[in-house]
Formats: sequence, C-alpha cells, structure tokens
Amino acid sequence: MSASTDSAGRLTAAPRPAARPRRVSKTAKGRVNTAALLVLPALVMLSVTFFYPVGKIIGRTFTDHTGTQGNALANLQWFFNEPTQITILIRTFETSLIVSVICLLIAYPFTYLLTVVSRRWLVLLLGIVVMSCWQSILVRNYAWRILLRDDGVINGIVTFFGFPKVSLLGTTPGVIIAMCHVMTPFMILPLYANLRNIDRRLLTASRSLGAGPTTTFFKVYLPLSLPGIMSGTLLVFILSLGFYITPAIIGSPDNSLISQAIVAQTQKLLDWGHAGAMGLVLLACTLVLVAAVATLTRRRLERVGMGAGGRL
Amino acid sequence: MKTLTLRRPGIGLSGLLLRIFAGLMVIWLLAPILVVIPLSFTGKKSFEFPPTTWSTEWYHNLFTAPEWIESLTHSVVIALLVVVFAGVLGTACAFGLDRGVIPGKGLVRGLVLSPIIVPVVIVAVGVYAVFLPWHLAGHELGFVLAHTALAIPFVVISVSTSLAGFDRRLEQAAASLGASPWTTFLRVTLPAIMPGIFAGAVLAFITSFDEVVTAIFLSTPTTRTLPVEMFETINNVDPTIAAASTLVLAGTTVIVLLVLVFNRDVREGE
Repeated sequence: MSASTDSAGRLTAAPRPAARPRRVSKTAKGRVNTAALLVLPALVMLSVTFFYPVGKIIGRTFTDHTGTQGNALANLQWFFNEPTQITILIRTFETSLIVSVICLLIAYPFTYLLTVVSRRWLVLLLGIVVMSCWQSILVRNYAWRILLRDDGVINGIVTFFGFPKVSLLGTTPGVIIAMCHVMTPFMILPLYANLRNIDRRLLTASRSLGAGPTTTFFKVYLPLSLPGIMSGTLLVFILSLGFYITPAIIGSPDNSLISQAIVAQTQKLLDWGHAGAMGLVLLACTLVLVAAVATLTRRRLERVGMGAGGRL
Repeated sequence: MKTLTLRRPGIGLSGLLLRIFAGLMVIWLLAPILVVIPLSFTGKKSFEFPPTTWSTEWYHNLFTAPEWIESLTHSVVIALLVVVFAGVLGTACAFGLDRGVIPGKGLVRGLVLSPIIVPVVIVAVGVYAVFLPWHLAGHELGFVLAHTALAIPFVVISVSTSLAGFDRRLEQAAASLGASPWTTFLRVTLPAIMPGIFAGAVLAFITSFDEVVTAIFLSTPTTRTLPVEMFETINNVDPTIAAASTLVLAGTTVIVLLVLVFNRDVREGE
C-alpha cells in the first residue's frame, strides 16, 4: 500500500490522507464541529505574529516612497529598472540552481544506497542525515567560515594536491559549498521517500527481458524516480532562494543574494518601500514554485516545504 | 506499508563504489560541523586549525563573560516558552485539523504550515516593523511570539502524523467501557500521540533556539539570543564562539537522539 509511504522532510512525516477513511459519523457531528474550533488559537497567533507582519512589509511596497515620489508601483518599477537589483536577482537564481543540481548529484547515489542496505545500516545512515539536518545553522556556517579561510583546511587539502590556493571566503563559490552542505539532507529525505517506493521487481523484470544495467537504470529506474528528483530539487531550490545566514557569513556584500539585499535596505538604508518590493519579488517567486511543485508532484504543502523551519 | 528491501548491493565493483561513496557522504555531512570541537579547545586566540596548543579558557569565558551567559540564558528561556506556546497551540490545531469539520480544510492547513516556506527574511523585516511600535522589539516576549509562529508548523506536522496513525477505535472502546470523553483523552489518546507531541516540542525548541534572522532584528545590545551573539561576533578572532558552537552541537545531538529513539516515524525517515 503506497499511501503510507510518504513524505519528504525533516524529522517528521506528513499525515497519510489516503490511509485514513473519514470517520465523521452523524451522531458525532456536533462534537466534531467543536473540534474545528481547536484550529482557531493557532490561526489567531499566526495572524498577529506572522500574516500581519508579512502583509505589512509587502504592503509597504505600495505605500512607502522614500525618495521616489510617484504611483503605487514606483518601488516595483525601481526594482525592475535597477541593474544592480536585477544582477542580485539573477545571481540568487543561479546560485540556487547550482546548489540544487550539486545536491541532486551527490544525494542520488547515496539515497539509492539507502534503499538497498540492511535495516540496521538504514537506521544508522538515515539517523546521520536527520541529525545533520537539525544541527544549528549558525554552527554549520561558522564551521565553514573556519574551513574556507585562505589558510584553512580546504586550502590545505587543495595545496596538498599541488593546486594553487583558492580564495573562497567572501566569494560565491564559497557560499555555494556551504549552502550545498546545509541543503544535502533536504535533498536526501524527499528523494528517499520516493526511491523507497520503487518496486525493485521491475528492475529484475527489465534485466530478465535482456536489458543491461545501464539501460535498466535509464529506462526504468530513473523515470520512476523523477517525482523524487522533482520534489527534492525544487525544495532545495525554493529554500536556497531565501537563504540569508550562509551568504551573510560566508559571502560578502559585493556578491550578495536577495535576502542580504533586503536586510541591507532595511538596516542600512532604512528604505522600507524598496525592501518591500524586493520581499514581494522573493515571496512571489517562492509561492509560484511551491504551487508548481505541489501541482507537479501532487504532494501537500508540508511534504514540499518541510524543514525550512524559518531558520535558514 | 511497503516492506523495505533488505537485499544488499552486490559485492561487485558497483557495490564497493557505492559503499565508498556512502562513507564520503557521511564525512561530508558530519566532518565540517565537527571542526568546532577541536577549535573550542585551542590555546591561542586564533582560527588556526588544527590547533597546536590546548586550553579550556574559552569555555571559562563562555560561562563567565556576561554577554555570553546572558544571551545563553535568554535563548533557553525564550525557547522553553516557545515550546509551551507552540506545543499547546500546535497540538490543539492538529486535533482540529484531524477531527474538525472545516470548510476549506486544505486552505486552513496550508495557512498554518505557511511559515515553513515563506523566506524568513521577509518574516523578520515584517515582524520588526510591526513589533517596534508595540514595544516588543528587544523584549523577550517579542522573540517568543515571533518564534512561536515559526515553530507551530513543526508541532502541527508532528502531532498530525501521530494522530493519523492513531486507531480511533481505541477511543470508542474506552467510551464503551464507561470512560468519560475527558478520561478517554487523558488515558488513551494523549499517551498514544505522546511521541508526536514530544518530537514536535523538541523541534519547536530547536527552531527557536537556533533562529537567527528575526532575532537579529528584534535584538538590542542588552537583549540578544545566543545565535545573535555568535552572529554579531563572528568576525572577531575569539574562539568563545567555537566553545558556544560545541555546546550547541552537543545539546542538539542529545535531544535529536532522544527523538530518534522515542519516535518511530522519525527514525524511519517519515
């Protein structure tokens, strides 16, 4: 039964909708409606401390015009007409794309291995993935700051093999390395949720019909794993778009990503209208991609976005 | 539930390569984090790695310097309050979503879980803009409220998973044996979903304890959390950050291990 083999995410799984028959009996109806009220306290809390603040900053796009007098769309026009902002937006997309692809390439073979190892090894390896996923984002970035220094461990390894020293701290490649490290578990978990469901008898069937291992992989296994590849890659891409801590600690203001630019607008320039416009662009991109992944993979929101946790 | 294939990879070349790859992957996932441990025992005020001289000076500094001890205290207090707030609101919400008749339930669920996909910078800037006039910026309650919103989804997801796996015929059995609804809840339902609530509470704690971005905006020089203290001083050549990191690393490892041991869903990667 495939309905119970779900999820993509951090520690926990999504509920299993198909496995649960609806049990709303007529007699229980009154009580069930009372149960519906239980969602209200959380919704009220979120309205005050989440929806209102997010709405307020997005709203400032249309109401705040520091410097730029003009119509309601002046801040958005500023964003799309400013070459610096477009450069930052493109850099953010490029970085996220590279991180997603690298994470997929390193996570795929490992996740495949997870589906064939003995149970003991599965628990151990999956435990390590979950563990690394929940380690402090700040500790991990601090560690990379130590490793990526010009006289750090990475350069030690590089020069050991006879290559010239590379400058990584303060550069986009350095940011990409650290982001890949943070994002790897977020690729493995959704991918594993998919790969574990692939019926291995299909591979045996393919082989017995005369296909070689390579053909079997490309014609049978890879197509079957496409939903996992899609949800994993899009999840990593979406989370990467909003990354702030890693570029702030490893990168530099000269090659900032959009989140850094938003913080700079509010903290240094105190320009809330511009910050709102940039936030709106980032939020719109995120929501469009979440909608896309939800439609493409027919998964619920929590299975797509689980694990961001507002910590990155 | 589909049983896991227990077949091992062939002992051929591809199997060997896969194992080597798995080893490298474990190193990739763990080794970078572990560098903070030796660095925290360095004898010199430098980022030299690996260190050549050793001391426990930075731990002494962590537990005596007022800025570190105060930010650590703030973080723990805020995270514990978030556990209470998000734990209660999130558990209630999961019950409502599981058992309530709600028009547009999918939308409600999406709204409740949306904090995990909205980029945190947008939340941080917004929370700052709203909390400043409310005098909540620089106040512990401000941190608690902002972090509660970010933590609620994890409690909802975790408790929902437990509720989905809970056989409600047990409640009917308890009721038919004469238990009141309240007794049934306390003696049957609550113990059954406890692993989910526990995992949710741990995730809520970590979410708050580790959160930096909204905390940066809400912090003042006198009221900051540990991650903000670390973030603000990360450019200083001060291995106290490494000592703090090691402490956080050890704490996180212990509580995540507890969840892995007590919650089957989590252990199975679900």
